[in-house]
This record gives sequence, structure tokens and C-alpha cells, in this order.
Amino acid sequence: MSREVKGMTGDEAVAWAAKLVNPDVVAAYPITPQTIIVERYSDFVNNGEVDTSFIPVESEHSAMSACVGASLTGARVFTASASAGLALMYEILYVASGMRCPIVLAIANRAFSAPINIHGECTDQVVCRDTSWVSLFGESAQEAYDETILSFKIAEHPDVMLPAMFGIEGFIVTHALERVETLSKQQVEDFLPEYRSTKYRFNPDEKMTFGSLVLQDYYMEIKRQQEEAMQRAYTVTKDVMAEFSEMSGRKMEIIEEYQLEDADYAFVSYGATAGNAKAVVDRLRNKGEKVGALKIRLYRPFPSLDVQEALSGVKAASILDRSATFGSPGTIMQTDIATALYGKENVPTLHGYINGLGGRVLTLPEIEDIYEKTKDYHDVGMTMTTDWIGYRT
Amino acid sequence: MTIQLPKVSVKDLQEWSKLGEVLTSGHRLCAGCGAGIMARQVTLAAKALGDPFMLVNATGCLEVATTIYPYTAWDAPWLHNAFENAPATASGAIEAMKAMQRKGLMREREVHMIVFGGDGSSFDIGLQSLSGAVERGHDFLYICYDNGAYMNTGIQRSGGTPQGAATTTSPPGSVIPGKIRWQKPLAAILAAHDIPTFTASPAYPRDLMAKVQAGLKHDGSAFLLVDSPCNLGQRYSPDQSIEVAKLAVKTCFFPLYSTYKDEWILSGVSLRLAKNPEKKLPVEDFLKVQGRFRHLFKPEWKKKLVEIQEAVDERWERLLKKTEF
Repeated sequence: MSREVKGMTGDEAVAWAAKLVNPDVVAAYPITPQTIIVERYSDFVNNGEVDTSFIPVESEHSAMSACVGASLTGARVFTASASAGLALMYEILYVASGMRCPIVLAIANRAFSAPINIHGECTDQVVCRDTSWVSLFGESAQEAYDETILSFKIAEHPDVMLPAMFGIEGFIVTHALERVETLSKQQVEDFLPEYRSTKYRFNPDEKMTFGSLVLQDYYMEIKRQQEEAMQRAYTVTKDVMAEFSEMSGRKMEIIEEYQLEDADYAFVSYGATAGNAKAVVDRLRNKGEKVGALKIRLYRPFPSLDVQEALSGVKAASILDRSATFGSPGTIMQTDIATALYGKENVPTLHGYINGLGGRVLTLPEIEDIYEKTKDYHDVGMTMTTDWIGYRT
Repeated sequence: MTIQLPKVSVKDLQEWSKLGEVLTSGHRLCAGCGAGIMARQVTLAAKALGDPFMLVNATGCLEVATTIYPYTAWDAPWLHNAFENAPATASGAIEAMKAMQRKGLMREREVHMIVFGGDGSSFDIGLQSLSGAVERGHDFLYICYDNGAYMNTGIQRSGGTPQGAATTTSPPGSVIPGKIRWQKPLAAILAAHDIPTFTASPAYPRDLMAKVQAGLKHDGSAFLLVDSPCNLGQRYSPDQSIEVAKLAVKTCFFPLYSTYKDEWILSGVSLRLAKNPEKKLPVEDFLKVQGRFRHLFKPEWKKKLVEIQEAVDERWERLLKKTEF
């Protein structure tokens, strides 16, 4: 397979991948560090390189609202946001999933205000965990590129019909120039055919009502259907990633296991942190430590069984979480993992580390320190610990 | 720049009434509700144009009362998203259809888009969405049915509530007699976007329907503000809605006009009142028939009545200047 390679930032990778998808509608509002995505896409639109209707809305709330209106007509729809913008969309995220709109949303993960900060942090996306959106994280510009394309296929799958979001960390991935293997227009068209269902869609020929008032007598059934769709999204995501891997020649799975087979200890992470975790695994392996790394790519639906199997036999896991939570029993990812593993055999002790907030760098020596800390916790019999790492007291 | 209003005759109404209702019977709007009357007139005028049309509805009485699942009163494509985003939602649908038509994924033809919102969603929470969509110039007619308060949630004051009116959040207290400020000049705000802007009343259906058709025929955004009497929130008997709506126009409390790019034209009763000022009724005639203004007729608030008359006169004079009367 011939592979064309280009240098791209994470944001550019998203824009170039979206160009291959050529969605019918892109409605977006600029916010750092997502801006390059909408800027590049505006270039494509104004140079006639795509057929997309670009709607330069006056807010993220209107961006998601326009996406819902467009998606309900049967259109293929894409948008991008971050942080405050994603928070402003929050109300309509629920409308998008509740009305089964397969919208794709790229997130340049950024810290929330206050204090205002424009840098990388995943809190904005993880707090959307209950919105009934399929949720993915990407480690690199390459994954940003690939997840842009495959997210449409997951979202639009007839067994799913739910919106999908994927995140790459602000600046760390969005603005870093990386090597990206690109796909051809034909590859993407074959993978994601130009098909639009107008059945049960808002169009001039269907005298149908969308967005009814649904009270106690039917509301719960509709919510339950979303849960069932989300459960099916687990299998669909696996299948779509397998198909994508075959098409692209790049292995893409809902979780990524690194040196875990014989590992006594593991790092668990998502997004860009996974790269550093793997680098530390290499360092520690050179010193003879039996350690591996698990990257969680699919966050919702949460791949409980896969995480359980990947961590089976590991003594202790260090969960590196670039998301903030306050007064919680653990880090956000840690509480999900704890729930997935509760009551199972051969499970590790779980040690959560909140780190890297507001774009603060988590250094490799710090990750090595985390490793030692986790071993100490494990040795004294502590099964669940949560720490903040890398802040001044 | 002149916007031509089509002539709608009584004979037209007779013909159009055979086209069939779009807002059908069985909806759960209150007896006497002005919004239902308004919606039937609007959709009939749209249907009479002959092209297919679609409706987007903001959260509010008209939405809640017409679509209680698994029923719907709408015999047309109808979409509701949320309270503050109907214009953005419509812009998405409009641009999506354009893109799919460009790609050959949808048949090309003229489709009219009508967006309904109450005064809560139009004056207040959705004003940004409306202004943004209009600035972008999407081809839709936005219709604000203004009943002067958040009637759906139980009569709370809005930016469209008139001065002195009692609502549950501007009650007639011993110190403050109802709403303090005058309404936001929403029609003027939309007119300032350089789009065709109209006001209309369900008491004058031919004028309203002509404006709906003019707004729909316009290539781009257009705005129509409809005075929508609400017997529940404005507190009068359900059989009086049309009478109350007429008094709003006859007292010049709610003038009927069209405006586009600084040209202002009066129509119907408002035009006749401009020509025959002696026929203009005192605003008290409009206020006294509504329970929401009852407290203003107590001796201690007589001053308020004078203020309201002065405000109505001042606004009417300003409008006359714009219309060159």
C-alpha cells in the first residue's frame, strides 16, 4: 500500500481529514486551540475544494443548534470546539443525542475557566460522559486524522445513530507539527459512502414532527433506546476500527496495550499522555522493571471488559488523568476503571494521579516518580489512592 | 426600499380556507389563545403560496401544546430543538438542504422556512441566535408571537412585557406597580439588520397573511412581530381575544407597519388612524379590558396611566415621523 506522508499539526490533520469526508454542513465558532480547524476548513470552502455549507455561527450554542437542524434533515454534519465552547454547547449535546443526530464533533481539549487558560486538559470532554455521545481520545495528529474519518462511520451506523466526539489535547497535539500518513479521496469515499437517508428526516416531503414534548409516559423508553444504541456502539466501534485498520494499514483499536503481557505494573492513560507513558515504560523496561501501558481510546461507551482483560494479572495501575475533579472518590478515569473492575478476580490496585492541568507538562521523571509511588502504595496494601501531581504547595 | 404587500381579498380567504388546516384540531392550546389563531393564519398564507414549507418552533406554548407525544397537531414538517436556538436550528436545516441539493442528494426546488418563537425566546433568550441567523442572511421568515410574558411557564415578565403589566415576577406590589420598563423595540432591532420587518395582528388576518406571503417571498431573512393575545396571562375572557387585539391596534399600542431599509409604511387600521388621528382611542380602552393592568386603575397609580398614554403617544409620533405622516 502506497502511503503518502505529510507534516501536519493536530488541528490541520482534523481539517484535512474532514475535507476528505466533505460533510454537507460545518457549523462552527472559533475558540483557541480549535481555531485552525475552522480556519483551514473555511479555506477549503472559499476555494471551492469542498461542497460543504459552512455556517459561521455567532456562538457554540448556535453551532450545535445548527448542527442539529442540519443533521435532522439527513445531512452529514461536522463541527469542532473546546472548553468554554463545549460547555456552551452542553444543553444541545443532549438534544443531538436525544434526537439521534450522528453529528461529529472534534474537540481541542482545553482547560475550563476560571482562571482562564487556553492550554491542554481533558476535563471539557470527560464531563460530557453522560450526554450519550460516543467519545474517543486521540494521542497524536495521526489519530486525530484517523478518528475524524472513522467517527462518522461509527455515528452514522444504523445500529448507533448517535453523535460522536473525539478529543486531542490543546497545543500539545493541536499545534504540534507531526508526521501524518494521509488517505486518498477514493479510500475515504469507499470507507464512508455518500449515502444520506431521508427517511424519518426533516424534509419538505415528510409531514413529520420532530422534537415533541415527551412526558412521563414515554420519556424513559426513549432514553433507554439511547442506552441500547450506546451499548451497540461498543461493537460497532470495534468493527469500524478493524475495517479502518485494514483500509489504512494502521492498527486502530478501542484500547491500546503496550508491553502489558507480563507486566506487574501498568500506566493507564488517554490522549497525549499515552505517548509519555510508553516512553517511561521503555526506560523502566531497560532497568528490568516489568511494566506496561494501557491507552484508552474509546471513553464512551466505556470498554469495561477490554480494560478488565488488559489489566488482569497486573498488581497495581497508575492512572494518569489530565482532568480535574473535586471532592470525588477518585480521578474521573479512575472511578470508571474501579467500577469496571469491582468484584473481579486478578485486578490491580488503582492509583489515580491528577496531573497536567491547564497545560502543565507532566515530565518523564515525574511519571517515573509516579511509578515508584504506586509501588509503595501497593506494597503497604493500599488498594485505591488518588494524588495530585506536579503542583507547587 | 419598498416591500410590496400582496393584496389579500375576502375571496382569497374563502378560497384558501378550503386548502385544509396545517395546525389541526386537537391541539391543547387554551381556548381563546391568540397563538393558535396566529399559527393558522400564518400556515394558511404559506400554503396558499403553493410551495412546500417547513416549520421550526422554539420552546413555548405553541410547541408544548401542539406536540404532546405520541400526538402532533401539525400537518407539515415541523421541528423543535430548544428555547433559545430556533433561528440557528433553521439555518442548519436550510444550509443542509442547499448542500444536499448541490450534491444531487436532494431534489432542487423552492422550500419556505417559517420559524416561530414567543416573546420569551425572541426578545430575550434567543435574541442572539436570531440576530446571528439574520446577519448571515438565511432564507427564512421569523415570526415572533408576542403575548407579553413567559406565559408557558406561568406568566413571568419578559422583555416584551408592557410597562405597568402585572406578571408573577412583576407583581402589582404596594411599592412597584408591575413591570417598570417599556418593551424592548424588537421590530426596530430586527429592522436595523436591514431585513424586511413587519408587525401584524390576528385581529386583521388579511394584513397578517399579506405580510407572511411578502416575508416568505423575500429571498433572505424576514421578520414578523405578531401581537398574540393571551387570555390566561393578560387576564380577560377567552371570547375577547380578537377584541383585545383590535384595541391594541386602535389605541396605537401595537401599530401595524412594514419596514425595510429605512422605509416605513403603515397598513390597515394604523394607516387609517394616521390619516384620521381623531379616531385614535385612548390607551385606557386597551388597558381596562385586561386584568393584568387592573391595579393601574386604583387611585394611587393614576399617574402611571398618564405615563403609559404619554409613552404610547410618543412612540406613535416617532413612527409617524418615520412613515412621513
